[in-house]
Amino acid sequence: MALTLPFAEATSVGSPALNIAIFAAFVIITLTIVIRVSSGKKTAEQYYTASGAFSGRQNGIAIAGDYLSAASFLGIAGAIALTGYDGFLYSIGFLVAWLVALLLVAELMRNTGRFTMADVLSYRLRQRPVRIATAISVLTVSFFYLLAQMAGAGGLVSLLLGVTGEAAQNAVIALVGIIMIAYVLIGGMKGTTWVQIIKAVLLIAGTAVITVWVLGQYGFSFSALFQDAANNSPAGEKLFEPGLKYGVNTTTKIDFISLSMALVLGTAGLPHVLQRFYTVPTSKQARKSVEWAIWLIGGFYLLTLVVGYGAAALVGPEAINAAPGKANSAAPLLAYELGGSVMLGVISGIAFATILAVVAGLTITSSATFAHDLYKEVFKRGETTQDQEVRVARIAAIVIGAVAIAGGIFAKNQNIAFLVALAFAIAASANLPTILYSLFWKGFNTRGALFSIYGGLISSLVLIIFSPVVSGKPPLVEGGPSPSMITNTAIDFHWFPLDNPGLVSIPLAFFLGWLGSVTSKEHNARKYAEMEVRSLTGHGVASAVEH
Amino acid sequence: MSNEARTQQEDAYLELQSTSEFQALRKKFRGFVFPMTAFFLAWYFLYVLLSIFAPDFMGQRVGGDDSTITVGLLFGLGQFVTTFAITFIYARWANRELDPLADALGARLDGMKEH
Repeated sequence: MALTLPFAEATSVGSPALNIAIFAAFVIITLTIVIRVSSGKKTAEQYYTASGAFSGRQNGIAIAGDYLSAASFLGIAGAIALTGYDGFLYSIGFLVAWLVALLLVAELMRNTGRFTMADVLSYRLRQRPVRIATAISVLTVSFFYLLAQMAGAGGLVSLLLGVTGEAAQNAVIALVGIIMIAYVLIGGMKGTTWVQIIKAVLLIAGTAVITVWVLGQYGFSFSALFQDAANNSPAGEKLFEPGLKYGVNTTTKIDFISLSMALVLGTAGLPHVLQRFYTVPTSKQARKSVEWAIWLIGGFYLLTLVVGYGAAALVGPEAINAAPGKANSAAPLLAYELGGSVMLGVISGIAFATILAVVAGLTITSSATFAHDLYKEVFKRGETTQDQEVRVARIAAIVIGAVAIAGGIFAKNQNIAFLVALAFAIAASANLPTILYSLFWKGFNTRGALFSIYGGLISSLVLIIFSPVVSGKPPLVEGGPSPSMITNTAIDFHWFPLDNPGLVSIPLAFFLGWLGSVTSKEHNARKYAEMEVRSLTGHGVASAVEH
Repeated sequence: MSNEARTQQEDAYLELQSTSEFQALRKKFRGFVFPMTAFFLAWYFLYVLLSIFAPDFMGQRVGGDDSTITVGLLFGLGQFVTTFAITFIYARWANRELDPLADALGARLDGMKEH
């Protein structure tokens, strides 16, 4: 079962017209659903959280749809195809991270917040400074995540639609942005959630079909599949052992530990993930959401193991590396190898649906943060009508969409994995320490929150800027670190050796949160009692206290 | 809600927080989630560190040299097993042990004040 695609064919596989048709069908069907489920004027609650009207199971599926971004679907399958064990190792951090959300965050967040992450963080602290800090951090994390998705859309286009020209790629990025804005404006959180549910079902079903198909080719013998993958790979049997990607030298090893920390602690600090806990009515449903999300996400990553090795065995690393998009093209090329143009079209459609659903979730979260935290609570000091707030949120969604389009066009040749890892690292540094301290530590106060949020945010950004992923580094070695943002190797100003800042910035943010708190006397016993009692008993969630 | 009513409600929260039943609920919750968090983080980082610093051990074949199954693959699949198991155990435990206590305390709070 060697590769059957000659190079020339591999650069424009399948039928672009068919891919476009399937993608268009997805957009038309989902837009119709979005319009049907969510017509008319919305209150702020409906727009931001669908008034908590989803069930735990529906929300769990939507979380999977929100979380399994193009980076997970295409990136991890490709990483396993090319680096075997190390690609698998990478996927596990994304799953285990959900236990932090399940055990420590989801239920307590649901019980103490209503619209945004800042609701919880500012609950017993001084509202304005904490809301401003949280909003800055939320917008920064979402911006990098959004940029990665939009850049991914650009990269996918060349492979899937046969579009290779610069202008055409830009046009596709703009189109993705415009459709996403339409979902958010028309549907609010309710419409966006349905898009994510549909996408999750399609993605998992599509991946399951490929998995069974691949295994069928090997008489359902994992050993035969793994063996064939090794025979086809220049790495040979090394595919089953650690080290191909992260074991190059001590720096790449420590870098992977840093990345692992960011992944496992970042998920429960991602604003668009946290926002999803407000779309269910109670903490029990929030718990059920995460349960469902863990089953689906875990199941999905198990499938990608087969998809990745299947791509190595049936397509081969050579063809994957030769295709535009490199590792990201492993899954689509495998689909083509198995089921020809039709299967490739289906997978391409799903990949686009993936990007659309994730960017829509990010946009609604960012616009909620802008309208609720900055406009209503900070600029207007709470004195505003629902109509005004929702109008500001809608305008914010358009602006964020425009910024995402511009950023996506600018970043389309950037290293996507780095942008996603950066978003996780900032979330783990700037958001998670403050979330955990607010929920669990009596002595936490405003100064602690500000130290932790700004300290985590600034340290992770500064370390990234002076890391090898931004600064032009010495010529790349084969299998060495990822390419830099500045490709001119003469401009090399890095002094931080790691690609990912998590190893330093996460402990630093925890430390600063502690330091700020113990050096300040502020403590509001009444608000602390209220927050703690509500977080554990769920009291007042249904009757939604005003604030 | 008037300021007076609000203060009354906050006092109810303070009062409930100091009851032994609420303290027991908190202790029970933390007594489960903290050790569990420590366990899964330690287990996850053990897996990461062994993969990074003991590649020879993790690369060992299980069941003969021709096998394609390595110790590391089993450790990795073990991460899936523990994640699923913790999810299952926690959800069952919380539904059975935690929710009745939490609901009872929430109901008591409603009885303590009118709003």
